[in-house]
Amino acid sequence: MAVKTYEAGVKDYRQTYWAPEYVPLDSDILACFKITPQPGVDREEAAAAVAAESSTGTWTTVWTDLLTDMDYYKGRAYRIEDVPGDDTCFYAFVAYPIDLFEEGSVVNVFTSLVGNVFGFKAVRALRLEDVRFPLAYVKTCNGPPHGIQVERDKMNKYGRPMLGCTIKPKLGLSAKNYGRAVYECLRGGLDFTKDDENVNSQPFMRWRDRFLFVADAIHTAEAETGERKGHYLNVTAPSPEEMYERAEFAKELNMPIIMHDFLTGGFCANTGLARWCRKNGILLHIHRAMHAVVDRNPHHGIHFRVLAKALRLSGGDHLHTGTVVGKLEGDRGATQGWVDLLRESFVPEDRSRGIFFDQDWGSMPGVFAVASGGIHVWHMPALLAIFGDDAVFQFGGGTLGHPWGNAAGAAANRVALEACVEARNEGRDLEREGKDILTNAAKDSPELKIALETWKEIKFEFDTVDKLDVVNR
Amino acid sequence: MADIQDYNSTPKYETFSYLPAMGPEKMRRQIAYLISQGWNPGIEHVEPERASTYYWYMWKLPMFGEQSVDTVIAELEACHRAHPGHHVRLIGYDNYSQSQGSSFVVFRGR
Repeated sequence: MAVKTYEAGVKDYRQTYWAPEYVPLDSDILACFKITPQPGVDREEAAAAVAAESSTGTWTTVWTDLLTDMDYYKGRAYRIEDVPGDDTCFYAFVAYPIDLFEEGSVVNVFTSLVGNVFGFKAVRALRLEDVRFPLAYVKTCNGPPHGIQVERDKMNKYGRPMLGCTIKPKLGLSAKNYGRAVYECLRGGLDFTKDDENVNSQPFMRWRDRFLFVADAIHTAEAETGERKGHYLNVTAPSPEEMYERAEFAKELNMPIIMHDFLTGGFCANTGLARWCRKNGILLHIHRAMHAVVDRNPHHGIHFRVLAKALRLSGGDHLHTGTVVGKLEGDRGATQGWVDLLRESFVPEDRSRGIFFDQDWGSMPGVFAVASGGIHVWHMPALLAIFGDDAVFQFGGGTLGHPWGNAAGAAANRVALEACVEARNEGRDLEREGKDILTNAAKDSPELKIALETWKEIKFEFDTVDKLDVVNR
Repeated sequence: MADIQDYNSTPKYETFSYLPAMGPEKMRRQIAYLISQGWNPGIEHVEPERASTYYWYMWKLPMFGEQSVDTVIAELEACHRAHPGHHVRLIGYDNYSQSQGSSFVVFRGR
């Protein structure tokens, strides 16, 4: 073993943390950062600095480094690549030994990878583009409480995506009026309704009252239709104690599913709640408020595909992914990339969809992709073509805004969905024949006919701010 | 209010129950899709009043590896003849996902 001696002072990061010869281990956690360095800082030094500051390093040499085997614990920048079409930044690949992280702790991984390093002076901007979690680490995480197959079995929904709706107005309804809106949606044919993310326990509607009226709405709609129904009861709360109190009450009411906001609530709360959900047999819907603050800037922050992976590890049975076609941001290829990362057991590297590493999830259950925001019946063919069956399509305005009310709006969406599934199974091209499929289905459904007339002209055609880096230099 | 229509909920039975009952040609295409996905056809039936339970009566055994649409239709019809008042549904068992790839009611009981 080489003998090392102590020399005080500041060394270039590259001497210790730039290792182009390094071959990553199967057990390493790998990260791809997009680095925009400060002027005058060269690429290797900036990459090594990021590797150092996100693992064992600090700005100066310390004598206690020599009390441990730093070569075993340090992160290593092992590769640098150009960013296609952008000279201001570059990709740096960093390998971290698995023993740097506590088992089963998304919290710990993120505290290291996106901690101090993001405020580091040598880089002007920094973005975490992707993370490869080794199977050895995946197996230490609890993951989704139930996953796609178990949810299908519990809810008795097969061979099609599920339908949901966020109850509006998002704030201000009394609990009893809110329950009415839920009941109308569910009896009309939706599988789920949803608390909006900012519905927690406000003065106009305390959580306990909401839970009671919603439970009545679900049980009545189930009795009338003979189908299984649910409402995502938002248990996001000011403190973990109150979160669990709300979850326990949902269980007492025999509710199939609850909901949590994983970024504002935090990974610690989310992981705990996901474990509680598995233990208590309750499905968990996950909202992603705050994600655009973190993931929208193409040069700084964390890409959503990383947040999606973190959620699958932390635990959730549904996650919002964007719609591609609705009112919110989302590039099609990139969206399909993170949808695969949520649902598949193995996802290969595919730069055309923004995926930088192979990701093996082993036996970890998959997460339903939730498409929500500004979508209506005319979007149904494209949504089915993009997302396939393992998704929830949520039409808020597209259900509640129906001229005859929620139940008719729900029925219109359900007829449109089933007509599209039937057509897809017959081998028809949904995106080319969508109009024909929907207008034909409307012949037997006055609810769908009027919905098609109501929303005909609405389109959202703004350009995506965060595009994939695909232009070749 | 005159142009607003009232909506009446009626009992439904999951996938495709919001569409009109399928004719024989449409049915054939759905069965062909199920087979093309590599799923195993299985038939179940139940009294309409018990339709919301998870488990219906199984008709014989799932038809593992069955590739003929005609054979599946013949079994669906045999089940329907034996239980004319029952709902009869066709399931596509997906042994890879360990779930059902599809499930829909073929004959609606009354």
